[in-house]
Amino acid sequence: MSAGSHVSTIAATSASESTRYEPRVTSRGRIAHVWRGLFFAATALAIVLLGMLLWSVVGPGWNWLSWHLITAMPSRIPAQAGMNSAIWGSIWIVSISAIFAFIVGLGCAIYLEEYAPQNRWTDFIQTNISNLAGVPSIVYGLLGLVIFVDWLGMGRSVIAGALTMGLLILPVVVISSREAIRAVPLSLRQASYGLGATKWQTVRSHVLPSAFPGILTGIILSMSRAIGETAPLIVVGGASQVLFRPTSIFDPFMVMPLQIYNWTSRPQKDFEHLAAAAIIVLMVILLLFNSVAILLRQHYSKKTRW
Amino acid sequence: MAVEAKDVRIPSVTAGMKAVAESANETLIDLNALNVYYGSFHAVSNVNLSIPKNKITAFIGPSGCGKSTVLRCINRMNDLVPSARVEGQILYHGTDLNGSNVDPVEVRRRIGMVFQRPNPFPKSIFDNVAWGAKINGYKGNMTELVERCLRQAALWDEVKDKLKESGLSLSGGQQQRLCIARALATSPEVILLDEPASALDPISTLKIEDLLRELEANYTIVIVTHNMQQAARVSDQTVFYSLSDTRQGILVESGQTQRIFTNPSDPRTEAYITGRFG
Repeated sequence: MSAGSHVSTIAATSASESTRYEPRVTSRGRIAHVWRGLFFAATALAIVLLGMLLWSVVGPGWNWLSWHLITAMPSRIPAQAGMNSAIWGSIWIVSISAIFAFIVGLGCAIYLEEYAPQNRWTDFIQTNISNLAGVPSIVYGLLGLVIFVDWLGMGRSVIAGALTMGLLILPVVVISSREAIRAVPLSLRQASYGLGATKWQTVRSHVLPSAFPGILTGIILSMSRAIGETAPLIVVGGASQVLFRPTSIFDPFMVMPLQIYNWTSRPQKDFEHLAAAAIIVLMVILLLFNSVAILLRQHYSKKTRW
Repeated sequence: MAVEAKDVRIPSVTAGMKAVAESANETLIDLNALNVYYGSFHAVSNVNLSIPKNKITAFIGPSGCGKSTVLRCINRMNDLVPSARVEGQILYHGTDLNGSNVDPVEVRRRIGMVFQRPNPFPKSIFDNVAWGAKINGYKGNMTELVERCLRQAALWDEVKDKLKESGLSLSGGQQQRLCIARALATSPEVILLDEPASALDPISTLKIEDLLRELEANYTIVIVTHNMQQAARVSDQTVFYSLSDTRQGILVESGQTQRIFTNPSDPRTEAYITGRFG
C-alpha cells in the first residue's frame, strides 16, 4: 500500500464517521447558560435573604449598641440594661464545652480511625454518631437535666450547662476529626511504620499534625454552634436573670441567646431594640470565631502540606 | 538541573551485569511456601526463595503478579492491610518473622523500606532523617548521623546548606534519595525498595541505581522493578513472578541475573524478558 492511498483511507473513514455526529453546539450552549443562571439565582437568593436578615437586626439595634450594653448587668429598665453577665456566661460555657468535646471527641475519633477494627460494629457506631448529630438539641437539654443537674447533683450550674453543650457538639467534633484523620495520606503512615514506628508514634508525630487544621476547623465550627444554641440551656440553666459573672464552674449562669430570648419576651418595646443590639454583638463574636478558625487553618496547612 | 558526565550511562541490558558465583552467597532471608490472601482472593501462591546477604535481588514480572506483595511480607507491611493474611515461613536469621513472639516494629527497623512514590515527611530535611533514629532510641550524635546517612544516599552535597528546609521542597529524585537516607538512619540490615524509580526521570533513576550499587557492600537489598533493564543493571539475583492460569501470583524462576537474562530456563521468563509477554 502506498503512502497516498493510506492517507485517503483515513480521510474517507473520518468523513463517514462525522456524519454520525450531530454537534448541536448552539443548543448545548443554551442549556449550559440556563444551568449557570439557575446556580446564580440560588446564590443570589441566599445572599438576599442574609441581607434582609441583617437589615432587620441592624436597623432596630444599631442605635442601642453601646459600650454600656457590653459592660452593664441586666436590669428591669431598658436604658440601664446590659449583657455583661451573658457574655461571660457564654465564654465560660463555650470554652468548657469545647475543651470537653475536644478531648473526648478527638480521643474517640483516633480510636475509631486508627485502632478499632473495621467491622459491622464500628459501622454501627459510626452510623449512630452521625444520627446523634441530628438529634434535636432540646433532647440533649433533657439528658443534661437528668444526668448532670439531678443525678450528679451539679445543679443549674456552669458545669452542668457546659457538659450538656459538650455532649451536643460531640458528634460533630467526632465526625469532623475522623474525616480529617482519614484524609491523611496512607503514604505518610507507611513511611512512618516502615521506619519501625509504633502506632502511637505514627499517630502522634504524623497523623495528628497533618490532620490538625481539619480537626481545629471542626472544633471551632462546633463552638460557633454552641454559642448560638438556646434550647438545651433553657432546660439546664433556666436562670432568667443573673446579675453577676460566673466565678467558678458551680455558679449559675446566663448566656447571650438566653438573654436575647428573655428580652424579646418582655412587653416594653425598648427591650426589643436591646435584643436586636445583643444579636449584633453575638454575630460579631461569631464572626470573630470563624475568622480565627480560618486563620489558624491557613497557618497550619501551610506547615503541613504534602 | 546540571548533570555531571559520570552520571550519564548508556542503558543496556547487559552493560551493568556482574558475574558473581551464586554458590558463594550466604542466605539472609528464606521464604518457604509463602502464600498471601487478600480476603478470599489468593494473591500469591507458594513462593520459595532465598535472598542472599549483601547482594541486590530484583523482583520482576507483569503488573499484579504479587511482586510488591511478597516484598511487603518481608517487613510485615501487609499487617497494615486489614484483609491480608500471610501463610508460610519467612526466615530471617533463622527466625520466622510471622512468629507470634516477633514484634513487627522491630522487624521494620531492621528491614527498612522505600516506597514507589517519594513520601518524605512534611518536616525539615534534617528531621526527615533524624526522626526514625530518634523514635528507635538512637543515643549518639544526631548531626553526625544525619550527615552520614545523607552522604550515603548521595544527597549531602545538594542539601547541606538547607537542612532546615522542608523535605517536600526537593525534586522528586532528591526526595527519593532523602527517603533512602531516612531508611538508612535506623541502621537496617535489609532495605526493601518498591519500584523506587518508577516516578522518576531517567537521570534521577540512574543516580538511585548508582546509589544501590554503593549500598550493596553494607546492606542486603531487594528491589521491585517494572524496568527489566534496571533489574539487569543493578541486581545480582533476579526473581521472575507471573500469574498462574488461576490468576494467582507465582514465582516462575529465580537465579543469577546474568543467567536469567541470557539463558532463562523457563519459556515464560524468556517470553517476558524478550518482550513477548505471555
